[in-house]
Amino acid sequence: MANQSPVSTEQAENQARLSRIRSGLARRHGRERRFRLYGLLAIGAALAFVVILFSMILSKGLPAFTQATLTIPITFDAELLDIDPRPTLQDGQSPADLRAADLRWQRDATMLNWNSIIEQSVRELTGDTQIAPRDLQSIIDNGERFKLRDAFVANPALAGQTVEMQLLASANADNWLKGNINRDLPDAQQQLSADARALADRLYEDGQIRMAFAWHIFTNVDSRSAPASAGLAGAFMGSLYMMLVVIVLAVPIGVASAIYLEEFAPKNRLTDLIEVNINNLAAVPSIVFGLLGAAVFINYFRLPLSAPIVGGLVLTLMTLPTIIIATRSALRAVPPSLRQAALGLGASRTQMVFHHVLPVTYPGILTATIIGVAQALGETAPLLLIGMNAFVAAVPGSPFDQSSALPVQIYLWQGNENRNFFEARTSAAIIVLLALMISLNAVAIFLRSRLERRR
Amino acid sequence: MNQMTEIALENAITSAARPLDAKMRGRDVNVFYGAKQALFDVNLDIGERQVTALIGPSGCGKSTFLRCLNRMNDTIDIARIDGSITLDGQDIYDPKIDVVELRARVGMVFQKPNPFPKSIFENVAYGPKIHGLASNKTDLEEIVVTSLKKASLYEEVKDRLHEPGTGLSGGQQQRLCIARAIAVSPEVILMDEPCSALDPIATAKIEELIDELRANFTIVIVTHSMQQAARVSQRTAFFHLGVLVEEGATEQIFTAPSDKRTQDYVTGRFG
Repeated sequence: MANQSPVSTEQAENQARLSRIRSGLARRHGRERRFRLYGLLAIGAALAFVVILFSMILSKGLPAFTQATLTIPITFDAELLDIDPRPTLQDGQSPADLRAADLRWQRDATMLNWNSIIEQSVRELTGDTQIAPRDLQSIIDNGERFKLRDAFVANPALAGQTVEMQLLASANADNWLKGNINRDLPDAQQQLSADARALADRLYEDGQIRMAFAWHIFTNVDSRSAPASAGLAGAFMGSLYMMLVVIVLAVPIGVASAIYLEEFAPKNRLTDLIEVNINNLAAVPSIVFGLLGAAVFINYFRLPLSAPIVGGLVLTLMTLPTIIIATRSALRAVPPSLRQAALGLGASRTQMVFHHVLPVTYPGILTATIIGVAQALGETAPLLLIGMNAFVAAVPGSPFDQSSALPVQIYLWQGNENRNFFEARTSAAIIVLLALMISLNAVAIFLRSRLERRR
Repeated sequence: MNQMTEIALENAITSAARPLDAKMRGRDVNVFYGAKQALFDVNLDIGERQVTALIGPSGCGKSTFLRCLNRMNDTIDIARIDGSITLDGQDIYDPKIDVVELRARVGMVFQKPNPFPKSIFENVAYGPKIHGLASNKTDLEEIVVTSLKKASLYEEVKDRLHEPGTGLSGGQQQRLCIARAIAVSPEVILMDEPCSALDPIATAKIEELIDELRANFTIVIVTHSMQQAARVSQRTAFFHLGVLVEEGATEQIFTAPSDKRTQDYVTGRFG
């Protein structure tokens, strides 16, 4: 036994060791395969959800970008247009007086019976003498009379003439023609009368009503009385102004605080406390920032209610922690060798930060900004608390004007019982919001790739 | 400890390579990182226009001492330094001394080549720019070219001065870092294991370069390689456990060290 050759013992040991390694190999590879599978599954599920979400939004929202439009010869009946000629400058009349007289005239022009003109024109187009005036009017959007008024005010010579015009069909007619409404529902549950529905169908078949691209979604403001003409212009500008405020305030303040805290601040209790609080702020529910905005900016500083400036300030407060935290981690990721190289050459701390550390962190800072701004753009809750859910039928001319915002507009339309909004406008507004967000991101990504290439 | 210092001083005085003038003098230098003491009463003179090598096993404090010479330890919050280090007789830890000016006079080359992620030209031009050493563009170009030539890198990069410095090979990057350091015309250049990340050919080039630079600059080099210390330096200081064990002419340290520990180290018995 003792003489057993040591070679064979060694071989046996070797064999045992190898077989132990081999027996574990299958398990190890299996674990690896399973983990890879889980990863693929997770990514697949995420992608599937994104595809479902987008296809649902697009399939629902895209039809809202076309709107039933009636091409119709409008007869500006001189009898119905019972109004004095538009005032001109008289001898001895001051320009102010003329302006006042002209405004009076315009007001009178608005009061003219435009509905009757539309009704007559539609009746003429159809040649139907029996159909009730209400039914005729119900297929044209309520706001289209102002289109006629504007045409007449711009050119009073229209009186007595017949001009071909494009009028938006009413929201109800649009829904009926698009098939958004169940055609088998009994009359009592339909928004339009049987005559009006038949009329709309006939005009559509004859090609007088067409589905035209709805530019007014981008140019008009929200409307309740003329739902077919409701648009996003006000909300879009409101959101844009808020983003402007956020970018102008949150980015420089956030980046500056991050640089100070990371590069210059002494490490002590106070900075620890600040750091903890910044991290906590990032986790504060956004609606709380809305309360803060209402209390501080509106109640104390007396900034206007429903204004993008207040919304922008609130969203700035909300975005700051995100930008600060992300910028700090970008700064922390800069290799110490770069800092030492700069300091070793005799660069001051400020020069080190601004010449060497910051340039390599630009992509990270930009990413932080994208995340922060995108978050702010989609935020709704805090805006409700500072009155941005008010119905505002005007495009804000400055951040101090009353305005809505895109996500709030989506929320408002979503809550409207009108199926028109419920079924299509909301999704259309979501598409616009997503498009704005994607284009903002695209700009940032373009900038980032340029910065990265420059290095 | 005192006895040791005396020995060191004695060695220094008797050495043929003893400079008439020490460029920098460290006196009773103690360094603490928090509660841990990294250097104990180090007394060391750095001779002008000579290469002084600091050798010793890992963690012996040689890099710590090197980093004291241009106050790079200032960037470590918990580091504390006692004693005095003078440059041309002036205490560099005097509150009146501007650390920016000090680092312009005492440049540094690091262990790992660390060029800025900018072009080769900008890498070299950066120091002169921030210190305002060039009055115009032509001046600056002149400085860059001269520095690259002095670092024997110019011939290799003259056609791609505006390409990123990070695209060079390791050895070229390190020479770029040397060019960057000498572009400021420092009086002293500190090198912290400048060849440890390089292959033998690149190492040989850097060593040759160090030998040439000695004519104009005072050089302090930390190295793990005793052959390197023997090849490039005129004076050598051996550190062990935070103590300067022995200092003297390189030849003497390697052939006739007076301390047992030095002898053990240079003959490869530990380290």
